Amino acid sequence: MDFLTLLQVLDTTIRFATPLLLACLAGLYSERAGIFDIGLEGKMLAAAFFSAAVAYTSGNVWIGLLAGVAVSVLLSILHGLASITFRGNQLISGLAITMLVGGMTVLVAQDWFKQGGRTPQLEGAARFEPITLPFAIGPADAEAKGEQLSKLIAEASPLQQIYSELISGHPILVYLALALVPLTWWVLFRTRFGLRLRAVGENPASVDTAGVSVVSLRYSAVLICGVLCGLAGAYLATAMQAGFVKDMTTGRGYIALAALIFAKWRPWYALWTTLLFGLFQALELRTDVIENVIGMAVQSQLLGALPYILTVVILAGFVGKAIPPRAGGQPYVKER
Amino acid sequence: MTLMQKFLGAAAAVALSAGAVAAEPALIFDLGGKFDKSFNEAAFNGASRWAEETGGKFLEIELQSEAQREQALRRFAEAGANPVITTGFAFATPVEAVAGDYPDTKFVNIDGWMPEVPSNVQLIGFQEHEGSYLVGMMAAMASKSGTVGFIGGMDIPLIRHFGCGYAQGAKAVNPDIKVVTNMTGTTPAAWNDPVKGSELTKAQIGQGADVVYAAAGGTGVGVLQTAADEGILSIGVDSNQNHLHSGKVLTSMLKRVDVAVYNSMKAGADLETGGFTILGLAEEGVGVAMDEHNAALVTEDMKAAVEEARAKIISGDLKVEAYYTNDSCPVHQF
Repeated sequence: MDFLTLLQVLDTTIRFATPLLLACLAGLYSERAGIFDIGLEGKMLAAAFFSAAVAYTSGNVWIGLLAGVAVSVLLSILHGLASITFRGNQLISGLAITMLVGGMTVLVAQDWFKQGGRTPQLEGAARFEPITLPFAIGPADAEAKGEQLSKLIAEASPLQQIYSELISGHPILVYLALALVPLTWWVLFRTRFGLRLRAVGENPASVDTAGVSVVSLRYSAVLICGVLCGLAGAYLATAMQAGFVKDMTTGRGYIALAALIFAKWRPWYALWTTLLFGLFQALELRTDVIENVIGMAVQSQLLGALPYILTVVILAGFVGKAIPPRAGGQPYVKER
Repeated sequence: MTLMQKFLGAAAAVALSAGAVAAEPALIFDLGGKFDKSFNEAAFNGASRWAEETGGKFLEIELQSEAQREQALRRFAEAGANPVITTGFAFATPVEAVAGDYPDTKFVNIDGWMPEVPSNVQLIGFQEHEGSYLVGMMAAMASKSGTVGFIGGMDIPLIRHFGCGYAQGAKAVNPDIKVVTNMTGTTPAAWNDPVKGSELTKAQIGQGADVVYAAAGGTGVGVLQTAADEGILSIGVDSNQNHLHSGKVLTSMLKRVDVAVYNSMKAGADLETGGFTILGLAEEGVGVAMDEHNAALVTEDMKAAVEEARAKIISGDLKVEAYYTNDSCPVHQF
């Protein structure tokens, strides 16, 4: 395997890891505050549809992004109402949201666009285009020289290859997702809000004793979760793809949950885990690369299943221990 | 005659006449969905054309899951629809199972195969390898890098059949050409996964491909999109997809599913059944799409070469190997 192929695989890894990372961070905020959220999948799917639909009708991807985030936040409030205010079962509420969205998006899409549950293809300003960073080789250079972009990059120096192929040329949401990792770390571990947020997931009674509202803390965590899920969904429909198709999240919300466990509810670990899972998905497409490296063919289905297998291994306690926030999943009751 | 008998007789007469009136054709779309811009949409277009020309109506259903196949067939047969047309190879087994129970209903399956065709079933097949051979030639002539790609939907012999014809065509033009092939998946979900189609295209571009042929139903939408974004050429399938990205789709391998559906509906209850209909280049069942959207991409050389090969295949001077013959492709390892 040559150096450029490696870079291409890593490039694909980043594209695949971004929605996982956003969803994983979304789950991290929510679960750190003691609210389990298996509705990540549903929120992403809703955001994917509405961001694509609004981006198509308005012709502006940013308005689409806002619409996607807004819908995802609305669903988060619904989840919050059910699990915080009315102290319902958090798993049921999350599952209900996912099921509701799975049917609703297709129904609404069919009603609006009459294309069998998909949105029309987005073009131009209605989708996020890749950004070419300064000094990187981008599509503009390729056009100027009349050559293919991949050929220009192949001829460049190794350092320029890393910069142009791997670092440059992603849509803005990718860089945003990466920037959110240190930000999340800082918020959770270096601010008063973060300390209280973590405490409310471990021991809400002590937070309450200190005179801080458990309910408002948990709601803010759930809202942040909604915003991040919205970004993840919009990335799928308006950056990675140009439009929405039925069930386009294809289980990414659940893989993100698996990644969250694998990452032991920590932001930096979440980055490495989602990159690892992204790498598996990227290798699933390039079985020829694996065959060249290890000398035997690996079933692509096995690679697809690896994230789940690894999570089970972690949960079984073979590789360290994954301890969830102590008060996770339990509604907080002030007085009995 | 007692009153009871009269009633029964009248009821039977009503039932019979109702059956005759309601003999509308029915069309069942496979899991790729009616609007896949490809295979199923071609079937829909054929049916719409029939409806417009005759003023008739047809029943239709879009499947949501595997479990609905037999259910949908039985429901249409019981509603008196005739003929019941199904798209996709996966319908062969349920049609075979159901056909015996409804001897008066005629069933049509496109792309399917059965060892023994029941007397009220007609199977329609296409010589996809011949059409794919022609687009393979065009791909090889348009390629500057000497590498062309093929992205299939679900990994089944039919799709390998497409890929095999394509590889033979490409190698006929340039024996040293590299053909990169990928399949989207092994389940019917592979017909509708544009995200993966998109990434597979990028992976093939990474391996040097500058023309990519998508035989993947709705997944192809992602392939064509990415090819257009990355500035390489793509080849559509089944329907004419040249207009999806005007000036960036080299051509489309037409598989005239629309004609097959149209003809079946036109024949109605008189449809000939109990065998195979094979549509190839000679019957114009398959072909390459030339229109204003790809006029700038197709050179005179390409046109001449395609025409020559077409004539030779029809006359039998040139034989394109079918993947089915030995379950393997003579020029390409999948």
